[in-house]
Amino acid sequence: MTAHPPLELTDASLAYGERTVWSGLDLTLRAGDFLTVLGPNGSGKTSLLRAILGLQPLTSGSLTILGRPARRGSKDVGYIPQQRLIDPATPVRARDLVRMGIDGDRWGPGRHSHRERVEELLAAVGASSYADVPLGMLSGGEQQRVRIAQALGTRPSILLCDEPLLSLDLRHQHEVTALIHETRQATGTAVVFVTHEINPVLPWTDRVLYLAPAGHAIGAPDDVLTSENLSALYGTPVEVLHSQGRVLIVGGDEHSHHVDEVGE
Amino acid sequence: MIATLVPAVTSDDWWNRLFNFDNYGELLSLVHNSIIAGAVLGLVGGLVGVFVMQRDLAFAVHGISELSFAGAAAALLFGIDVVLGSVLGSVLAAVVIGLLGTRARDRNSIIGVLMPFGLGLGVLFLSLYPGRAANKFGLLTGQIVAVDDTRLSLLVTISAIVIAGLLIIWRPLTFASVDPDVAAARGVPTRALSFAFMLLLGLAVALAVQVVGALLVLSLLITPAAAASRISASPIVVPLLSVAFAVTSAVGGILLALGGNVPISPYVTTISFVIYLVCRLVGNSRTRRGWTRRTAAVA
Repeated sequence: MTAHPPLELTDASLAYGERTVWSGLDLTLRAGDFLTVLGPNGSGKTSLLRAILGLQPLTSGSLTILGRPARRGSKDVGYIPQQRLIDPATPVRARDLVRMGIDGDRWGPGRHSHRERVEELLAAVGASSYADVPLGMLSGGEQQRVRIAQALGTRPSILLCDEPLLSLDLRHQHEVTALIHETRQATGTAVVFVTHEINPVLPWTDRVLYLAPAGHAIGAPDDVLTSENLSALYGTPVEVLHSQGRVLIVGGDEHSHHVDEVGE
Repeated sequence: MIATLVPAVTSDDWWNRLFNFDNYGELLSLVHNSIIAGAVLGLVGGLVGVFVMQRDLAFAVHGISELSFAGAAAALLFGIDVVLGSVLGSVLAAVVIGLLGTRARDRNSIIGVLMPFGLGLGVLFLSLYPGRAANKFGLLTGQIVAVDDTRLSLLVTISAIVIAGLLIIWRPLTFASVDPDVAAARGVPTRALSFAFMLLLGLAVALAVQVVGALLVLSLLITPAAAASRISASPIVVPLLSVAFAVTSAVGGILLALGGNVPISPYVTTISFVIYLVCRLVGNSRTRRGWTRRTAAVA
C-alpha cells in the first residue's frame, strides 16, 4: 500500500459557466472508508463522480487518486451504475460483463479469456450459479451483483456507486449494500456511494457528504444529518427525524420519498 | 426453356422458373466470382450484424442501403463504377447519421428523412439511365452474374478493410454497445467508436447491395445475427454462428438462383428467414427450460 490516500480533494470547485455546483470541497478517503453522498438533484453528485472518473475537469483545486491526478480510464477507480433494463436477447452473459470490466477497454478482439479471474470475481459476489445466464434474464438484484464483480475487475482502490439501488426492492437493496460493505472490508477499497436514500446504507456509512444548494457538509451521519444543519444547507426549514434506526428527512425537496424515477 | 413460352401456366412451369438444374456445371463456372463474393459478404454481414443488433441499428442499415442505391444509380447514369457509387452513397449516409444521430430518437428521425430522399434520387437516376432495365432492377433486388475479376477484387478489398477495422475495435465496441455507461466511465471513447462503426457499416452495406440489392440488405446484415443470438449468448459462439448463417444464406441463395430465372434475393432471404425461424423455435424451448441449469434459486 502506498502512503497516498485512495482519494483526496483539496479546495476543489466545479462550475459550469456562471453556476457553481460546489466549491471549497476538502475530502480525504482512506482505504476501506465508506462515504455516502447525499443531496437533491442538480447538487453535483453526478459531477463529483465524473470528476473522480477523470471525465470532468475541476474548475479549481485538486483531486488526486493514490496521489496522482484523476485521469480518464484509470484502473484505480471502479464504477457501479444504476440498474438499467437490458434486452434479454442481447448476447451477453454475466461472465462476459465481468470480463469487460477487466479488459473491455483494450483494442483488438482479445486473446485471454481471464476465465479464472472472472470465476473468482463472480464467486466473491455470490453470482457463480448464474454466470452463463444472459444478463437480460437476471433479476435487478442479480444484475447489480454482477455489476459489483465487474467493477472489481481491475482491483480498484475506490469503488464509485452511482445510485445502484434505484429500482431495487427493499430486500435487494439490503443485499446489494451489504455486499458492497463486505467488499470494502475484504479488498480495502474505499467506497463513494451516491444515493437519494440514506437508510439502506446507513449501517455501513462512515461519513456523509451532503451536497446542497447553499453549500455542503461532511462528517459522521449523526453530525451531518441534523435539522439545524440541513435547514442551513437548504435555506429553508428541514426536519430530521429518527425512528427505529432510520432517518427521515422532512422538507428539503425530494427526501420525503425515496425512489426518484429519473436518474438525473 | 420451351416451357416458359407456353402461355398456360402450370405448376411445373413455376417450378422450372424457380429451380432448374440443367447444365448446372457450366452455369457454375460462370458465377464462380459471384459465389466468392457471396461468401465474403456473408463473412462481413455476419460479423457486422452482431453489432447492428447490439446497437439497435436495423433502421440505420435500411436507410444507408437506400442511399447506397442512389449512389449506385448515379454511378450507372454517369458511367462510373457502380460499386464505387454505391460505396460513396452509403459512406455519405453513414457519416450524416453518425454525426447527427447520437441519440436513438434523433437517429431514427434523421434516417426517416434521408431514406425516402435517397430512394427518390435513385429512382430519378435510374429513369434517366438509357441502358438495360435488368441492370436497374439488379440494384434493388440483387444480381449474380455481374461480378467480374476487377469488381471481385474491389469487393474483397472492401471486405478486408471492414473485417480488419472490426477486429481492431472489437472489444471496446462490444463494451460500448452493451454497457455504454460503464464503458464511458472506464475511458472507452464511445462517441468515436460509434462513428467508426457507422463508417464500417456503410462499407458493409455497399457490399451487400452488390449481391442482394438495396431492398434486402437486412437479410444478410440482421437476420443471421438475430438468429444466432436466439440460441446463444456467448460472445464467441454468436459471431461464429452469425457468419455461418450469413454465408449459408448468401452462397446457398446464389447456388439455388443459378438455374431459375428470377432474381437471387428471394432465395437468399428465404434461406436466411428459415434459419431464423428454426433458431427462434430452438431458443424459445430453451428459454422455457430456463436457459442453463441454475443450481439453486439465489437472491
